[in-house]
Amino acid sequence: MTSKKALLMGSQKQDKTHRGRGSGLESKYYSIPDTVCDVNTLSILIRKKNVRVVDVRKEEEYVREHIPGAVSLPLAKILEKESPARCIELLQDIGVNEDLPVVTYDDTFGALAARVAWTFQYVGHQHSSILEVTFAQWKSMGFRTEKKLNSYKWQPHPLRINQSIYADLAYVEEAASNKVLIDSRERLNFLSEHIPEAVNLPYTMLRADGKVLSKSDDIRRLLQNRGIHENSELVTYCGSVGTLSGLVYYGLKLAGLKNVRLYAKSFKEWKALGKPKAEFKDANYWDLSAE
Amino acid sequence: MKTRKDASHSHQKHIPKPRPNPRWGKEEETNIFAERVKLFRTGKLSEDDFRRFRLQHGAYGSRLQMDYSMVRIKVPGGEILPIQLEKLASLSEAFSIGSAHVSTRQNIQLHWVQLEDVSEVMRGLVEVGLTSREACGNTVRNVMCSHLAGVCPDEEFDSTPYSKAIARFFLRNPMCQNLPRKFKINFACCEKHGLVRIADIGLVPMTKDGSRGFRIYLGGGLGAASFIGHLLEEFTSEDKLLATCMAVIRLFDRNGNRENMARNRMRYLVNEMGWEKFQKMALKERSIVMMTTAHSTESMFSLAAEEDDQFLPKEIRNGTKLRMYSERDTSNTSAYERWVHSNVIAQKQAGYYTVFVTLGAGDITANQLRVLAGTIRELSMEGAARNTPQQNFAIRYVNANDLPEFYNRLASVGLSNPGALTITSAVGCSGTTSCNLAITNSHRMAKEIQYKFLELGLDTDDMLLDSTIKISGCPNSCGQHEIATIGFFGGASRIGNVMAPTYTMMFGGSAGERGELGRVIMRVPAKRVIDTVLKIIEIYRNEHSEGETLRHWVDKVLKGEAIGSVHDIEDIKRALADVVQLPSVDQHPEAYQDYGSDTRFSAKTARGECAA
Repeated sequence: MTSKKALLMGSQKQDKTHRGRGSGLESKYYSIPDTVCDVNTLSILIRKKNVRVVDVRKEEEYVREHIPGAVSLPLAKILEKESPARCIELLQDIGVNEDLPVVTYDDTFGALAARVAWTFQYVGHQHSSILEVTFAQWKSMGFRTEKKLNSYKWQPHPLRINQSIYADLAYVEEAASNKVLIDSRERLNFLSEHIPEAVNLPYTMLRADGKVLSKSDDIRRLLQNRGIHENSELVTYCGSVGTLSGLVYYGLKLAGLKNVRLYAKSFKEWKALGKPKAEFKDANYWDLSAE
Repeated sequence: MKTRKDASHSHQKHIPKPRPNPRWGKEEETNIFAERVKLFRTGKLSEDDFRRFRLQHGAYGSRLQMDYSMVRIKVPGGEILPIQLEKLASLSEAFSIGSAHVSTRQNIQLHWVQLEDVSEVMRGLVEVGLTSREACGNTVRNVMCSHLAGVCPDEEFDSTPYSKAIARFFLRNPMCQNLPRKFKINFACCEKHGLVRIADIGLVPMTKDGSRGFRIYLGGGLGAASFIGHLLEEFTSEDKLLATCMAVIRLFDRNGNRENMARNRMRYLVNEMGWEKFQKMALKERSIVMMTTAHSTESMFSLAAEEDDQFLPKEIRNGTKLRMYSERDTSNTSAYERWVHSNVIAQKQAGYYTVFVTLGAGDITANQLRVLAGTIRELSMEGAARNTPQQNFAIRYVNANDLPEFYNRLASVGLSNPGALTITSAVGCSGTTSCNLAITNSHRMAKEIQYKFLELGLDTDDMLLDSTIKISGCPNSCGQHEIATIGFFGGASRIGNVMAPTYTMMFGGSAGERGELGRVIMRVPAKRVIDTVLKIIEIYRNEHSEGETLRHWVDKVLKGEAIGSVHDIEDIKRALADVVQLPSVDQHPEAYQDYGSDTRFSAKTARGECAA
């Protein structure tokens, strides 16, 4: 859709769908779901100054060029001292109050953006979505960028931990028996070793040409093929800090799944604590890789 | 108005118009497959019924892990389009291991696909006109065609459209949905190239009194017991091509062995019946087919529908002539020169060249596939690639002026290895990387050989140029070891009291119309294979007569006619007796492990699904 009218129509339609489900931000004309924000909606929100765009790339990349109005908040800064109180401070410092929608982006196929957006949701900022494209794609599509360094006035934001999207070790140990554990790493990593009973849903499966995530219908079909449905309880994990699994978390939410949690400390913690692993040793599958 | 500079620029960047979608795939099959998987998972479909269905759709069970499949994608005639390569790149990243594998029968395989995702892979294939239908199971498998058909200086005419028309006629054809066993059809371009003597039906194009036809060979094939095909008649005119193929398949369907899975390929039927009787029956059956085939059936065989030579450019007048390998000194050359030497050949169309892209045992990553697709689109005037039985890609109709750019693009993604047309480009089936039947890691073995031989610069030795090395991980010949100059098939041997991976080495096999099967020489432990081949090359270099290539020398050894200290097979066994010895297991436990493994070797196999 290119014309302004089409944009409006598209957005209104989206508005309606999401209002029905009671999720997403409902502003006067535009809304973004709490999962993925499309480029047209974002550019309108930027023009209306009704969004906080968060660039999670390295600071020097931000300095070079970024999406108009964006602030810099590299993932590393959040992971530095990852405490909910600290995350709220960071949100307040970039002028985000409870109602202002946040859209994150990166240049790492959406995985870093997803991890940051999930963190915001976890500490109580529900309206956190990821941009549907990477920064490079945004640029190649001809959307504007700028070099101006942005900062915003401090805003109050309450801390409300959302336990329903969070999984720790104890939860994962429980989950193996009655919930679906999703290993988000690529197939070869999964075959080498994984948490027992986990199913493999590589992040590469959920992306589309030119977008960080496929259409929700396509993702739903993949899940249905695996016997996973809307009310299934899922926990995603990956290899280290919950980035790939953060992206899969957003993919699952996009597909309309209600109960999804992220095991942010992921397989790294699991292995470090010497927890049991399933391994597959009967084939030299690794030798097929042409790397 | 164009300036002269613009004109030459536009010639350089001439991009051929994309070819139409070949429509081998069918969308409804993807949904049916997804449904059947659900029925199987919920116990509503028996394992045997599901296996048969799954194989019919090209999904083969993975090694000791039946939750995963290898999806074998047919590439009829070996011809593949850039858009298809790009789709394979995406599918391999999404559902496989991020790389694809070129097989020895011009298929492309995606390994370790979760059973639940096979339908999604099929869906992607349909979008670009590909299919995995009947790539496994007891059906007519991928119809092969020499990758040089259409450009080979020695061919009488281009057999490509015939191979595709035959493939289309038999695909989903009710007459071959449940054959006694799989059925393979191979087209050649000339008597030198192609695998016509090791197929159920092998065809070499020829003309007689100005009209087109084929020399057709029947009943060949490699496997635990291999046979060379028999010539049906001196000349089969093109109007009898379809009837001949139909007659042979009908004969096999009716008379083939449906009891003993190990002996039910058509070659066993021919062998048991005797060639003369089979030949008579085939000719008689053909008369019946010709008299009884309905016009509507015949019309399903359409050559015209497969002929797309309107996409092909003719000769380039005043094109740049390239000095070919026979004309140049290759010592001390640049990496580019070395690559041209062993990866580029001239076509019959003056001014055009065929470029071979060297893979390692057929593996290519998603990123490499994308760059290759772009390169083909812009630099091949044919706008397509062929995959080769040597597990490489052949890109045809490349202008000599574009070769440096072609090379640079390949180099940017690590695809510029030389040696595609030499002994260094070892063939290896997938072995223990994914196959239920494999005993050894033939795949890695082939890569190790390639790596070592390129390091030693063996690709620059023209005396080794026409020799081949092919490796299978078991006796079933997917690596086509019996038609290699030096071939190997995997096994397990007790050495001392330790099991070790070993290979049986064969000498003197060859492809083409005068193809012969190799002969067993001796067993070689896996970790001694490279040194053994190097020792053979060393003996050859010391003892061959003037102008004799390695391949010729090997043939002479087999006949007991070599002139040096190694005169015959017994001599070569003696000469290699030391080099095949393993050191003691206590000091060198790794010598008893297979390539790609750091644990004790054990020969684990499971039931095969499309062996041989």
